[in-house]
Parts: sequence; C-alpha cells; structure tokens
Amino acid sequence: MEEKILHSVTGIFETPDDIIKAAKGVSSAGYKKYDIHTPYPVHGMDKAMKLPWSPLGYVALVLGLTGASLAILLMWWTMSVDYPIVIGGKPLFALPAFIPVTFELTVLSASIGTVLAMIIFLFKFPNTSHPLHDTPYIKKVSSDKYGVSIEASDKMFDLNKAKDFLHKLGAKDIEEIYWDNEELNTVKTIWDKKFLGGLVMIAIIVGGGTYFAINKLVYMTPFNWMMEQPRLDAQSVPVYFNDGFSMRQPVEGTVARGWMPYLITDADTAQLSDAKYMNPVPPTEFNLNKGQRNYNVFCSPCHDYHGTGVSRLKAANKQDFPNPPSLHSAKLRGWSDARIYHVITKGQNTMPSYALQITPEERWQIVHYVRTLQRAMNAKPEDVK
Amino acid sequence: MSNTELYTKKPLPSKLLIFGAVVTLIGAAMSGIAFAGDVQRASFGLIMALMLLISVGFGSLFLIALEYLVGADWSVPFRRITEIVAATSIISILVAIPLLLNLHEVFTWLRPELLQADKYVAKKAPYLNETFFLVRVIIAFLIMAAFYYIFSIRSFKQDLNPTEGFRKTSAKFAALFMPVFAITISVIAMDWMMSLNPKWFSTIYGVYYFAGSVLAALAVVTFIAITLGENGYLSKKLSNDHYYNFGALMFAFTNFWAYIAFSQFLLIWYANIPDETLWFMDRTQGEWMILSLILIFVKFGIPYFALLTRPSKGNPFRLRIIAAWIFFAHVYDMYWNVGPEYSKLAGLKGPVYGLAELAAPIITIGLIAVVFYLVGKGKNLMPVNDAKFKKSLDFHL
Repeated sequence: MEEKILHSVTGIFETPDDIIKAAKGVSSAGYKKYDIHTPYPVHGMDKAMKLPWSPLGYVALVLGLTGASLAILLMWWTMSVDYPIVIGGKPLFALPAFIPVTFELTVLSASIGTVLAMIIFLFKFPNTSHPLHDTPYIKKVSSDKYGVSIEASDKMFDLNKAKDFLHKLGAKDIEEIYWDNEELNTVKTIWDKKFLGGLVMIAIIVGGGTYFAINKLVYMTPFNWMMEQPRLDAQSVPVYFNDGFSMRQPVEGTVARGWMPYLITDADTAQLSDAKYMNPVPPTEFNLNKGQRNYNVFCSPCHDYHGTGVSRLKAANKQDFPNPPSLHSAKLRGWSDARIYHVITKGQNTMPSYALQITPEERWQIVHYVRTLQRAMNAKPEDVK
Repeated sequence: MSNTELYTKKPLPSKLLIFGAVVTLIGAAMSGIAFAGDVQRASFGLIMALMLLISVGFGSLFLIALEYLVGADWSVPFRRITEIVAATSIISILVAIPLLLNLHEVFTWLRPELLQADKYVAKKAPYLNETFFLVRVIIAFLIMAAFYYIFSIRSFKQDLNPTEGFRKTSAKFAALFMPVFAITISVIAMDWMMSLNPKWFSTIYGVYYFAGSVLAALAVVTFIAITLGENGYLSKKLSNDHYYNFGALMFAFTNFWAYIAFSQFLLIWYANIPDETLWFMDRTQGEWMILSLILIFVKFGIPYFALLTRPSKGNPFRLRIIAAWIFFAHVYDMYWNVGPEYSKLAGLKGPVYGLAELAAPIITIGLIAVVFYLVGKGKNLMPVNDAKFKKSLDFHL
C-alpha cells in the first residue's frame, strides 16, 4: 500500500462565536495556510482571520475604466468619424447622449471581468478538485457547522501540534485529510492542452452556430409553394407563349364581373330620353348627400357649388380656362337624367370623362343633386309653400 | 452585562451652545445687514438656509424611518443623534417666518403683471397662489412636527421607561412615513425652489432635492457621530465597522444624486423643448456654465473617488472630512439651484455671492449646533433601552 500524503487537519465548531474565536486563535498562532468554512458569510471573519484585502477591487477598477474608454471610443468612432449622422440636431460628438451607454459598458466589463478574474486567478480554474471535497468535514460545514482546516504545507505545521492546538481551541471531530493520488498526479492549469482545446472548440461551435443562425437560418423559407414561381419580368424575353404575352387574351365580348359596359355613343344620345333609361337610384336623403359630396369634389371646381358655371379655376388666375355653361339653362333643365349621366360618363367638349373617378351609382347620385340645384334655382311659387 | 456598562452618560459641553449661538448670531447679523440693503437678495439667501435646514431635518427623519423599515443593526447606536438632528426640521420655521413676510420679493407668480403677461404661469394659478401655498407650507411643517414626535420624542421617552413593542409601532409608522415623506419633500422642493421659475417644470425635481437632502442629513449625522465618538461621548464598543456604513450610504446616495441630476439634464437636453430648457439655459450661460461644471466635480466626482476605496470608508478621520465636504457640496448645490433665479430677477448676467448668500450655511451650521445642544442636553446620546442596542454594538462587517 502506497503512502498517502497529508493535506490538512480539520476541526468542527458549533457556533459562529466559537468559529470567530477559533479564527482569531489560529491566525494569532502564526499559521498562514489555513481556511475557515462556514455555511454562510459570518460577519467579522475577515478581521478575525487577518485576511488582506482582496485584489479584486483593482481588477474591477481597471476593467471598469477600460469599459468606459472603449464605450467612448466606439461611439466617437461610429457616430462622429466613420458614419456621421446628425440626430435630433445634436452635435456629432454628443457626450450627454453617450453617458448611459458608457455607464452600461463600464458596469458590464467590470462585473464580468471581476467574476472571470476571480474564477481563473483566485479559484485556479479549471482545477475543480480539492482534497476537502467529498469528506464528512465539508458535508458538515456546508450545512450547519463551522470548521477550521490547517494545511500541512504551512511552514510551522506539525501534525500532533496542530491536533493539540485544535483540541485546545475546543474543536470537535478532529480529522486528517489526505490527498487523492489522482489529484496529486494531475495538476490542471489554464494552459492545459485539453482545456484550451475545449475552449477553442466551444468558440468555433458557438461562433459557427451564431453565424449560421443569423446569416442563413433566418433567411431559409420553410416552403415556397407560390412565392417561387416562373414569372415575366419587365424588359425581359417572354418565355411561356410565342406571341410575346405572358397571359392569354380574354374571349371576345367578355365582361368583367361587377362592371357594366356603357355602349351608348355621342351619336345616339337622342334615345336617352327614353323611359327605359330612367335614374335607377332613388332620390333619398342619403343619396342626395352623397351626390352633393361628390358634386362638390369633382364637379364644383368648374361648375361652381351652385352650378352657375363660374369656374374657381378661372378665378385662381388661370385665364385660359373657359367657363363651362350654366347648369340652369332651359336646355339642360330639359335634358333627361340619363343625358346628364351620359355627359359625366363620356365627357363633352372640354370636359373629360369622369368614368374612372366616379362609379355609376355615384354618377346617378350626382344627377339627383344637379336636379336639386336646378329646382332650387328655378323654384316655382308652390315650392315655397 | 447591563446596558449602563456599555454606555456611560457624559453631558454635552456648554461650549457647543456658545459656539452654536455665536455662529447663529453672526449668520443672522449677516442676513440682517443684507435685509437692510436689499430685501430681495436677502430673501433668496434665506431660501437657501431654509432648504438646507429642511434637508438636514427631514432627511434625518427619513434615515430613522429607513432604519426601522429595513431592520438595520449598525445604525442603532447612532439613532439618537439622528433623532436629535431631526429637530432642525422644526427649527427651520424660524427661517421661514421672515421669508413668509417677504413672499412677494421672491415669487414672481405672486405678481399680477407676470400672470397677465404669461398665460402658462396664469394657468398654474390654481396651484401657485398665496393661500394654497401657505396651506401647503403649514401642512408640511405639521407633518414634520408629527413625525418628529413619533420618531424622536417617543424614543426620548423610552430612555426613562423601556416600553415593549416600541420598535414594532415605530416600524409601522415608518411604513406610513415613506409615502407621506415622498409627497411632502417633493411639494417642499417644488414650492420653495422650483416655483422660483414658475414657467419651468420638471417631474424629477422632488427626487433631486430628496437625493441631496439625504446626503446632507447623512453628512451632518456622520460628522456629529464621529466627533462625539472620538471625544468619548458614545460607547467604547463602537468600531470603525460602524462608521464604515455611513461612508457606504454616502457613496450610494452620491451616485443616486448624480443619477437623478443627470437624468433630469439628459431628458431636457435631448427633448430640447423651450419650456423645459429655460431652467438649464439660465445655468449654462456665461459664468454660470463654469459653476455648473464645478458642481459635477464638487458633488459627484470628488466624493465618488474619495469614498470609492475601502480604507477611506473604514477610517473615521477621513470619513469626517468627506462628510464635511459633502455637506458643503449640498450648500453649493442649493446655491446653484437658487442663485441663478435671483440673478435673472435682478437683471444680472453672472452669479453673485456676498453676505446674503454666505449667511445661509452659517445660519444652518449655527442652528444645528444650538438645536443639538438644547435637545440633546441631559439625554443619553445612545438609545440604551432599544431592543437591538446590545446586538448592534457587536456589529462587524
């Protein structure tokens, strides 16, 4: 049986006051390599152990200042030098607007850097094993007891003396802790090939995965049933049909759904006084209001709000524009509804066709309104009653 | 070990009263001379003094309530000092009276010609009018007096007959105190300082004054506690760990003040709306710009780095110097808030400082000393009958 190497001597204490006294005792006895284990932070322990202040504060200070300078540098370069854009009328280097980002980066780099420095330099990562692990001692001190361990590597260490000393301090369950052979034979450092290799592998996997996700995955379409189909682009050679069209012509005489062809030409307006061309829209208040609205929008610029024919366009200094005839002439009053409808649809003289702007129903509503205007301008005595 | 062994009463020296009385009289004389010369300017000086006294007094009440609410151990030995200092919130009435007699000198919203000229200010008339202002001032003083009784006087009485459940009722009142305090201190800040520029408004202004107030109260209590502790007026069991927490709190509130002050500036600067920027325009033009930049270093930069390291907080001697610095930084902050309004009103381009302005911190320091002697005379300077007293003396970091 090979000889085991001693790591430390441990003792258990019952109360926080005892462990503070014990810490004071061990530190004043001159031991340097010892440790105290408690299930929670005990106030006053730093002083009792005579611990020097942790160097982590300086790490945090340096990293915080680095983060602040990097943030300022980044924003100065991007916002004022490389791609200057004026935002909200502020100067290109607008320090007040940069302060929140600077603050965030300061805190971020200081906190992450401090934690990493603590894990790597103080906890000696990636070395995760310790002789005290998996001992009855560590089980006790991580639940409800307080413990001291004096390490054998201390200069003034002597097994029996240390045991006596702990006994004198009032420790119970004094134990000897030995190194595991495996722990002794494998000393892991951060420069370990396996560890560095693992880090590189993780970096490649995470980097590659991120690149793939951001640049490829989000642009992949799950299916392309109708999005990707052959089409004819403008200014390109037709591919489907020999006649150069990308679509087939409809059959002669085809009528689009919901659309009635208007076949009457200017030549045969005489038949429009026929009774079969009467106004299909009833003269209700709703229809008159709609007629008025559309009349005011489309007709009144030339015909005037009251149909007198005094053009607003002429008034707006367009001298070349002729005034249209009045809508109140005896000729117009004699026209049938369908005749007025015909003029709106086809246009007349200078007046263009309004078939595209005004739907048939709206045209009939306008006809009703024109009739109302004519009646109002030529009121008979009995209308007043 | 009984509580009397932990703490032995040592009466305050009458030197303190003489010092306080002399300083107060000097300050009052300076202010009086200023009043004889220029009533308006002297009134602006007194507003600074009033805001300083309310800062220290009301801020102390906040510290007491905070201790009850969070169940702090370390501050229990110093709570009596805070309770005595809280009396300055009552004594500030002395400064408020000459101001109330000269309200028309400082508040432009009391002038009918301004109300006619500026419809924005005229719209605020339901809030900014003399009657309602006086009502608010009286209610604020009544609230301070009520909580001074609840927190301080009840605690003084506990020295004579220890009462069970004292902490519990005080904690309940502390919970009530917090929302009342938040509203009251905002209203005080708006009434006495923000309304000096009646057109301007900033919703964070109350928080700004609150942050400065807690700093001022902390600085005064720290200074008094360390001075008394060094001269043996407090328990000998007090360690540097106790004082360390004052440093930590001052550090926290220094950062908080900077955060609030910068938030107020950033939003107004970014939005760039004339109604909001006018207050900062007064403070960033001419010599005021220099004073504004100095404020950043005086109130944030220097205390921040002075309190950053552990040794500076753990060393009472250094902590006391920093506390004095922070108190004067608050004096400077109040001057920065009030001063430009006087300059604008008097038609001056730059800042002015003289008897009227200097009187404010002198009156404040003198009154704090007088109040501390008169209230603390014959009393224990530590709450010996508090349930946590013994435990709190064993506090360690």
